[in-house]
Amino acid sequence: MIRFAILAASLLPLSLAAQDTKKEIERYQQMIGEGSPAELWEMEGEALWKKPQGPKNVSLEKCDLGLGAGKVAGAYAQLPRWFKDTDKVQDLESRLLTCMTALQGRSLKDATARLFGSTDRPSEMEYLVAYVVGQSRGHKMAVPVRHPKEKISYELGKKIFFYRAGNWDFSCASCHGEADKRIRMQDLPVLSAPAGAQKAYTSWPAYRVSTSQLKTMQWRLNDCYRQMRFPEPDFASEVTIALTHYIAVTANGAPYRGPGTKR
Amino acid sequence: MAAGPMKMRATLAGSYTDVRVLMTHPMETGQRKDAEGKLVPLHFIQNLTVKVNGRTVIEGQTSQAVSRNPVFSFRLRGGAKGDKIEVSWLDNQGETNSTETAVA
Repeated sequence: MIRFAILAASLLPLSLAAQDTKKEIERYQQMIGEGSPAELWEMEGEALWKKPQGPKNVSLEKCDLGLGAGKVAGAYAQLPRWFKDTDKVQDLESRLLTCMTALQGRSLKDATARLFGSTDRPSEMEYLVAYVVGQSRGHKMAVPVRHPKEKISYELGKKIFFYRAGNWDFSCASCHGEADKRIRMQDLPVLSAPAGAQKAYTSWPAYRVSTSQLKTMQWRLNDCYRQMRFPEPDFASEVTIALTHYIAVTANGAPYRGPGTKR
Repeated sequence: MAAGPMKMRATLAGSYTDVRVLMTHPMETGQRKDAEGKLVPLHFIQNLTVKVNGRTVIEGQTSQAVSRNPVFSFRLRGGAKGDKIEVSWLDNQGETNSTETAVA
């Protein structure tokens, strides 16, 4: 009996501590969200968006992100989508590459020179993405699945999400398919259900305090693949776009809140 | 290297003014090594000055312990809509930057 009492007494503070930790993490996330360096990335990105570049010496201001040439506001809330000119489903990053090559006349090699930035070498892509997604803040997610190619892409993304492979036999669903999973202290959202997808997708791309860089959705997926010990996926490949498409469609209906701020 | 952008928000919240300012700065500790293994020189914001309508209200010193791209937030007693808040920094390499905004 005495033993039981001691056990109960020692267990109680433990679970309280876990709750406190979770609450503290939420408080920390709110604090970093209120004054996020993501805004600095948005400002740099806007300057780059308007800066004439490439052999044609034009800016990206006439880039069509799906709502018409030059219309940025709300565009990210409707990406990925099918584009007539390329006859492909494209996410933001691949569309930016299209604009850099088609509009500015740059080579693909030049446009993809630095897709993921580091503290020493910032990435043009990450700045541009920050600016564009910031222009969709408050817009409701409405990613289309109307065009036949959009339907194919969505179904492909769904399949990939549950497809187990790699030398650890992992799939996205291994970590993101069930509630209450976590990596270290980070709760993992269930991305196959609207609630989890909405919470996660609308806060990416995000500034990461640990690397002091703003990271794109393409980076997020690339790093998930690394953690699953898959071969590295190509940037803006059909697979990563389809996966983004699947998660984005699952997040439909929620207002976009990004760019977010992560630990 | 030209100093990157700054961003500031100043809002009146009852009896005080809430100021939040974002700065772009590498804030190198002098202990990090680059890809070639060479030490990245010490480079950090040393002085911080806050002025309200031209009058200095804060003269602060910061160390290399502050994070990259720092965010500072402080409350100023009183204040009125339209007051001009000016924040400037000076780092150990002599670079400086400033931004100003009106209290909203």
